[in-house]
Amino acid sequence: MKAKVYVTIKENVLDPQGVAVQGALHTMGFAEVGSVRIGKFLELELDTNDKAEAEARVKAMCEKLLANVVVEDYRVELEG
Amino acid sequence: MKFAVLVFPGSNCDIDCYKAVEETVGQQVDYVWHTATDLSGYDAIIVPGGFSYGDYLRCGAIARFAPVMNEVVKAAEQGKFILGICNGFQILTEANLLPGVLRRNENLKFRCHSALLEVVNNNTPFTNQYNEGEIIDIPIAHGEGNYYCDEETLAKLQSNNQIVFRYKAGANPNGSVDDIAGISNERGNVVGMMPHPERAIADILGSSDGKRMFTSILNAWREQHGAAVNG
Repeated sequence: MKAKVYVTIKENVLDPQGVAVQGALHTMGFAEVGSVRIGKFLELELDTNDKAEAEARVKAMCEKLLANVVVEDYRVELEG
Repeated sequence: MKFAVLVFPGSNCDIDCYKAVEETVGQQVDYVWHTATDLSGYDAIIVPGGFSYGDYLRCGAIARFAPVMNEVVKAAEQGKFILGICNGFQILTEANLLPGVLRRNENLKFRCHSALLEVVNNNTPFTNQYNEGEIIDIPIAHGEGNYYCDEETLAKLQSNNQIVFRYKAGANPNGSVDDIAGISNERGNVVGMMPHPERAIADILGSSDGKRMFTSILNAWREQHGAAVNG
């Protein structure tokens, strides 16, 4: 089973990299860009077929290591 | 008194910290590798700056799970003195020994220059040789030193007097909330700071204002142990 984990900076926390990229896009003429958030994408190969178990385990991984929940949100997608 | 300087793969201020202890207070000091499982012989633990584990994932995120960190947590509970500098500060926040988190600098630049700090709380084992409100000159060198915590935590830090250093008004180099440069835990025995006192221990380095952090620690330890001045 494969887990896809998306880690992003919380909405209410300033993302300086996102702001810089937004500024660059505006400079290039992409005026329609409202805001940009930069995050991380992680792919995990899991040695299990139990979806419920995988979900619980990946959630624990996110809380403990993959995201810093003080400033980051995470989202998990399971495949296979 | 005995100091430990922790060493993770990627630490690069460990030698400076070791030398600073030797130079400023002349006490015993050891390098302690990240795999160590016993810190019971040490009175003070310095978590140095650098790029532990290449800053992979997040600064300090992986170092925080090194075996030695369990011992650092124990030492903190026992009231021993723990000082995290730069990457060490990041590791201590990731380990939940200090609240909040260090984000990317607001201007996205790696800032490497001297910085003027205000000593906000001189009633800690790390700052007792400074005057309250004193402005000191300590260099910074970081890309992710933008301290952040939510408003509730900030209010707690303020009311418990846990803000130890602020960047001088108008000279905040990274966008940290409330100009925070260094904080302590509630008990006051764990301090994390982005500036590098170990790089400011002699005038030839540009400043010797960092020296008193080390003499403060020795002073606090002596007060605790009723040791003689030359003990």
